[in-house]
Amino acid sequence: MSKTVAIFDYGSGNLRSALRAVQRAGADASLTCDLDEARQADGLVVPGVGAFTACMKGIRDTGLDKVILQRVASSSPVLGICVGMQVLFERGREHGIDTEGLGIFAGTVDSLQAPRVPHMGWNTVEPDADMSLFAGIEPDTRFYFVHSYAAVPPVAGARIARGHHGHAFVAAIERDAVSACQFHPEKSSDAGAAVLANWIKGIT
Amino acid sequence: MSVAVRVIPCLDVDAGRVVKGIKFQDLKDAGDPVELARAYDAAGADEVTFLDVTASTDDRATMLDVVASTAEQIFIPLTVGGGVRAVADVDTLLRAGADKVGINTAAIKRPALISEVANRFGNQVTVLSLDVASGADTPSGWEVTTHGGRRRTGIDAVDWARQGADLGAGELLVNSIDADGTKSGFDVPLIAAIRAAVEVPVIASGGAGRAEHFPPAVAAGADAVLAASIFHFGEVAISQVKDSLASAGYPVRR
Repeated sequence: MSKTVAIFDYGSGNLRSALRAVQRAGADASLTCDLDEARQADGLVVPGVGAFTACMKGIRDTGLDKVILQRVASSSPVLGICVGMQVLFERGREHGIDTEGLGIFAGTVDSLQAPRVPHMGWNTVEPDADMSLFAGIEPDTRFYFVHSYAAVPPVAGARIARGHHGHAFVAAIERDAVSACQFHPEKSSDAGAAVLANWIKGIT
Repeated sequence: MSVAVRVIPCLDVDAGRVVKGIKFQDLKDAGDPVELARAYDAAGADEVTFLDVTASTDDRATMLDVVASTAEQIFIPLTVGGGVRAVADVDTLLRAGADKVGINTAAIKRPALISEVANRFGNQVTVLSLDVASGADTPSGWEVTTHGGRRRTGIDAVDWARQGADLGAGELLVNSIDADGTKSGFDVPLIAAIRAAVEVPVIASGGAGRAEHFPPAVAAGADAVLAASIFHFGEVAISQVKDSLASAGYPVRR
């Protein structure tokens, strides 16, 4: 039996690619806005594009915030993607406005300080040695990023992959059953498929 | 390490078919945009752009089917431009599976459209596309045009680029009308002038004829390079462009 993955649709952008990419990586994936489905699936994907504030509002308005926290508390796998990763941190700061996040990881998501923003395109990452998301993936592999904000290392108690754009930022993170990446695995061709396959493999 | 220079093939799509001629080896149907997008993905393209050149409403619905089918099958970013007039058009394209949406003429008529799109969907979705001609009586000497360069607007291209970025465009697609179709190289001074005015990524377009034409565009400040016919006719392969960029010392994705 293939593992079930719920990709939660709280009104955040293009989810079709994420759905197809997770299916291609071998899971029985579906798009849903049903909280029970999000609770019961073997894995939950939290997508997110655009603004931190808007994503957090969508997550709270739908009640997904409680499901994410319940899953984290019971070590049920969760994968955050892009702003879906950022909201797992304590807070986001955009245009000088602080928005409270889910607080699963310590730290603030703040604007990237780089000559070119957004950070848009294919970049390399440096994962900590034992990160399961990057198992078997070559060191110089590139992933597709598009973001103007990021969390900054280190993050207490978590394994991270560092990205670099102007300065070091958190390109991916994992702790227990929570995984997340700032890049878009669903847009990162074969490299992204390998990351998703690693995540699905780790779902028990 | 740093972010790789993106190499982007652009396909003109009319009524669900690629137009302006495509001669691609080993394709069952060289006019099918979905199949071509797949071929470019397999050939190492970092992104694919569709330019919707259709006029009728029926053909727009066909375009959405093309975008949806492409999003099912390729796992690199897909930008769609052409005929985007309102926030609702952007919403429809994103739901169909586009990752970014190019806005051009409608933004010239009503610049607030840029901020409306950026506020709703984020600046990473919002690509301002400019068709630029030289010899203009504007401060920079470059002018924004519409209708494939046939109509001048009187708007200074460098000012417009800056304004577009200020309004929330996350990327600028700068197409030189003078260089377009010449195959004699990118309009390097234009790219440099726009680069100096904005912090957002700039995609250089127009004029590519050989692999050696690409590094000077990057040297002038382009973050990505876009071409159409030379890729479609197999005159230059994506890999040759990347070889040329890598030889010049620029990072590329392999």
